[in-house]
Amino acid sequence: MKKKGRQEKLLQGNEAIVEGALRAGCRFFAGYPITPATEIAELLSVRLPQVDGTFIQMEDEIASLAAVIGASLAGVKSMTATSGPGFSLMQENLGFAVIAEVPCVIVDAMRGGPSTGLPTLPSQSDIMQARWGTHGDHPIIALCPSTIRECYDLTIKAFNFSEKYRNPVIILVDEVVAHMREKIVLSDEEDIEIFNRVKPTVPPEWYIPYEDTPQGVPAMANFGEGYRYHVTGLTHDIRGFPTSRPDEIDPFIRRLFRKISQNFSDIQIGEFFQTENADITIIAYGCIARSAKRAVIDARERGVKVGLLTLNTIWPFMRAQVEKVLQTSRVIIVPEMNMGQISREVKRVNKGAAKVFTLNKVDGTIITPQEILARIKEVS
Amino acid sequence: MGIILAEAIGIYDGKYVAQTQSYGPEARGGLSKAEVVVSNEEIDYPKAMKLDLLLAMNQKSCDDYYMDLKPDGVLIVDSTFVTQVPNLKAFQIPFTRIAREKFKKEMVANIIALGAITKLTPVVTSRAIESAVLARVPKGTEKLNHDALKTGMAAAKKVMKNIVPQTNSEWADEDT
Repeated sequence: MKKKGRQEKLLQGNEAIVEGALRAGCRFFAGYPITPATEIAELLSVRLPQVDGTFIQMEDEIASLAAVIGASLAGVKSMTATSGPGFSLMQENLGFAVIAEVPCVIVDAMRGGPSTGLPTLPSQSDIMQARWGTHGDHPIIALCPSTIRECYDLTIKAFNFSEKYRNPVIILVDEVVAHMREKIVLSDEEDIEIFNRVKPTVPPEWYIPYEDTPQGVPAMANFGEGYRYHVTGLTHDIRGFPTSRPDEIDPFIRRLFRKISQNFSDIQIGEFFQTENADITIIAYGCIARSAKRAVIDARERGVKVGLLTLNTIWPFMRAQVEKVLQTSRVIIVPEMNMGQISREVKRVNKGAAKVFTLNKVDGTIITPQEILARIKEVS
Repeated sequence: MGIILAEAIGIYDGKYVAQTQSYGPEARGGLSKAEVVVSNEEIDYPKAMKLDLLLAMNQKSCDDYYMDLKPDGVLIVDSTFVTQVPNLKAFQIPFTRIAREKFKKEMVANIIALGAITKLTPVVTSRAIESAVLARVPKGTEKLNHDALKTGMAAAKKVMKNIVPQTNSEWADEDT
């Protein structure tokens, strides 16, 4: 069972997120407990001090993300974890992290809403909040695990993306996956790519903090290391100072988008399952991808050609992959635990080659494989 | 209890497991439930649907979840609280009363029940459940929990002896 550095464990989604965060180098957590994300804070309050990290329980979620942004500016990989109501409070500072280009990771364990909603029951209704919850035109990265292993892997990816692209990254985990326990094998020797932000190589007096580089991601200096620069929520010029000059605003906003859009191939993660000859393709994410996989296997046994596209990256929307199945399948079904947040995106990119059907469940329970099979029968 | 069972099956017996739970306001005096799905292959849908085994620690959960049990599924109840069993094949063991009387600690009722499950069903091996219990329980309570587990196993052997083996078809005949 326990070989050197290799451990087989039964972990909860939230626990796997913690393991992933620590492996990625997270050394700061500020948050406010909320079901179903509390275990992340609980566990990090024990684990972070053991690795010389810092854990702070803040007075609310607004302050939580503010503290995370501050810690990250000082050079420490930082995260917070919350659920829908707390995520609502974080939206203002989320926008700040976007415009000031501060790497950070926010876990949103999705529960039923709106408002206090259903604290202990799953939902997938924060998809659009993750995309457009904070005001202003902005790019965002949101990842969505459906297994415990993916909780671990995608958390590492989330930190890597945030460091690589200097953008906040959201992990949208639903209550089912957050609280579910599965076996996972963790190994210290496993070769996992860990990315750290690029630091300036020039002397402090030459440093241009928001320089427009071809990659779109300027080098980031740790606060307090002699590279003095201005951090603001106002639209700023390449030196970080507020500007209202059109010729400075436009390239800045476009660069924010460009640094994400020219790296779709790196950011967009998904899985095609039996889609090659599929007449019907299901597009699913989170815990519903699991039900969908079972439905595909069962339908195939009955001779119905069904495939599955699992979206691990929710934002930026995986247009190219979705377009691929829209072209090869006659029917698309999008089962989700909301009133149609991703199905609307699928319909948006559909050029008419396929029919897109929804399967929405908003009663606080997970969509079962049988319900997906019934929908397949209905629409085929 | 669900976690220990899942850990025993998943880590020590080496099968695939998915453990989920429902709780919430219920944790403060209503129903709470732990579900464990066991498979030899990777598990997709993580919730339990047609149960092979239902362990009901009180009457309400027995009433509410009995309908999910397969016709030939195994029902084990804590007869301290479950006084009306829906099916005569149910294994009735007073886990809480045993815990109270023998160990003076009601909280080991769950561990006693785990011991009983081990003997009454093939879902987990004795070796695995022992290792899992000892790995999970707080330091200093290993002996208490180990004894509780053994007590559960012994209690299970006793009820198995008392129950006259009946096949499903015979019961069906009686019903008609």
